[in-house]
Amino acid sequence: MNPAQMFGEHLPAMAVLLPALTAILLLVMGDQGGGANSSERGRRRLLRARRIGLVSTLIGLLIAIELAVLASDGAIMVYRMGDWPAPYGIVLVIDRLSALMLVLTSAVALPVLWYATGGWDAHGRYFHALFQFQLMGLAGAFVTGDLFNLFVFFEVLLIASYVLLAHGQGRERFRVGLQYVVLNLAASALFLIGVALIYALTGTLNMADLALRVPMVDGPDAAVLEAASLMLLVVFGFKAALVPLSMWLPATYAAACAPVAALFAIMTKVGVYSILRVNGVIFGVDAGAAALGAQPWLLPLALATSALGVTGARAARTLPRLIAWLTVSSVGTILAALGLFTEAAWSAALYYLIQSTLVMAGLFLLAELVAAQRGDTADRLVPASPVAQPALLGGLMLLAAASAAGLPPLPGFLGKLMILNASSAHAWQVAVWSVVLLVGFLSLLGLARAGNVLFWHVRDDLPPATHTGASLKLVSAALSLLGAAVAMSVFAAPLMRYTDATSAQLRDRDAYAEAVLGEQGGAQADTARPYRIQRRGAGESQP
Amino acid sequence: MSMEFLVATGIGWVSFCGIYLLLRGRSYPVVLGLTLLGYAVNVFIFTMGRLWTAAAPILTDGPDVADPLPQALVLTAIVIGFATTGFVIELALRSHHESGTDHVDGTPVDEGADGDRQ
Repeated sequence: MNPAQMFGEHLPAMAVLLPALTAILLLVMGDQGGGANSSERGRRRLLRARRIGLVSTLIGLLIAIELAVLASDGAIMVYRMGDWPAPYGIVLVIDRLSALMLVLTSAVALPVLWYATGGWDAHGRYFHALFQFQLMGLAGAFVTGDLFNLFVFFEVLLIASYVLLAHGQGRERFRVGLQYVVLNLAASALFLIGVALIYALTGTLNMADLALRVPMVDGPDAAVLEAASLMLLVVFGFKAALVPLSMWLPATYAAACAPVAALFAIMTKVGVYSILRVNGVIFGVDAGAAALGAQPWLLPLALATSALGVTGARAARTLPRLIAWLTVSSVGTILAALGLFTEAAWSAALYYLIQSTLVMAGLFLLAELVAAQRGDTADRLVPASPVAQPALLGGLMLLAAASAAGLPPLPGFLGKLMILNASSAHAWQVAVWSVVLLVGFLSLLGLARAGNVLFWHVRDDLPPATHTGASLKLVSAALSLLGAAVAMSVFAAPLMRYTDATSAQLRDRDAYAEAVLGEQGGAQADTARPYRIQRRGAGESQP
Repeated sequence: MSMEFLVATGIGWVSFCGIYLLLRGRSYPVVLGLTLLGYAVNVFIFTMGRLWTAAAPILTDGPDVADPLPQALVLTAIVIGFATTGFVIELALRSHHESGTDHVDGTPVDEGADGDRQ
């Protein structure tokens, strides 16, 4: 076997291993904090850490793109850890959805890391190592084909996020940090209960195997299984900030420093991804007695999330909080499309997910650039002295706001149009249309109010707080995120073909099972639980 | 009384105590509550392999074999739980130093207003 072939074979694992190894390398290198008053040695070390982090993230992006190209023809790549056969060992599975999420993660991470090297990474220690651990957790959650493994990667990305949230320190960050950690640990406990229940009733945690075995469960067991699936919906809904579990998000994201908040824009999408994988596919249509347990909950709650998010945005007093509330609102829109449970709606949801992640990440970076030029007023939404670069920042803000609110011809508009289109003839059509349109209008009002205060209704009697504009590096990071969002409009047709194919592939449970479990696998294979083989149907737990 | 009943009520009681402590206002009881909830969840995962006595731990020719997977899962969950508990204690201490109160909201407790006193 030639080296290129070997490399290609291990590519799915590389997506997870590369950030992990980079993070370990960065930890070993050590970090004395490279702030302005540190030694020459500390500064050199920080520079080296920046280079390693950026190069590794860039390679990660290239790997993700390569995987997406490989996955785009419909092939499902399966990587068996330690070459154990499927339901017994842990598998990494790359299908269109996983590859898409990997590309999105790297595409957000690279500009955000570039922005962070503009100074934020020197405000604390080990920023780069933690950033890579976060990327490892995200990549792992997106590629794993095992439910328990999903839990483990959730924990990896959460632990990294706990520390990143406190990066830069300060009283407010520790206050919301403690709440964030405690809430997430409670959610993890629920996750474990749900996973354990699913294992107890089906005897497997492999996602492909589960998709085959869940329909075989019936009778009273099916009710318990449905409860377990809803418990997982609670956990994933918490990560995605679904009402009523969204209250933690605005304070947390607003307290985090700008690059961390921008990276967190992808974290809510892990919840969305998991809802799609678990509640949408494994417990979706054709899942037998436990099918579609999430359907009566997901759509109404998602619409409520969307409405609540925009209401919060209208009431926000600082720019980061406004953006955080808009993140909640956009997650609501995505989940509403998922809750329609049709192929077209899922495709629309994926398209909207990409644009909202890029735009929200860009907005978080932009918010800090604006705040830095407003002196003591910073990010509060009250009239203050004019910013040094009103045309540049105002223009970028306008662009991002128009996409977030869904104005043509930006991708936010296309995404919302696809969602509205997909909801036609659905029983909830009227509700979906009115909420999505109203939320778009109200977001526009909220952002217009913010833009008005920040750039227009300024106090000309005060001297400008600063004459120095934002550095080219920082602007280019925000610009590349928003540029990627605009490119989504230009390349909307190929992208929509890809998301259409993705949602069609998600529906094809048999192809997924065959790819992961092989011809002999699946429903015919012996279950992983030994006692079921010997005591099928007998009273199981009597000693 | 069967073993199942005993274990089930035990898990239920520990979870109850955990959730009660989790809803307290100060960070120390909250951390304890998380720990208790973690214990309950760990035992719960363990019992999801069903309760066995005198069963072989690994596949044999005998009639009964205990399920080894939940035990492996529990081990992972314990390790993760231990690490996160360590972290949350450190974070709570740091938050206490920063804000001067160990209330989870970061605001001084109004003594006597509610049952938040230790």
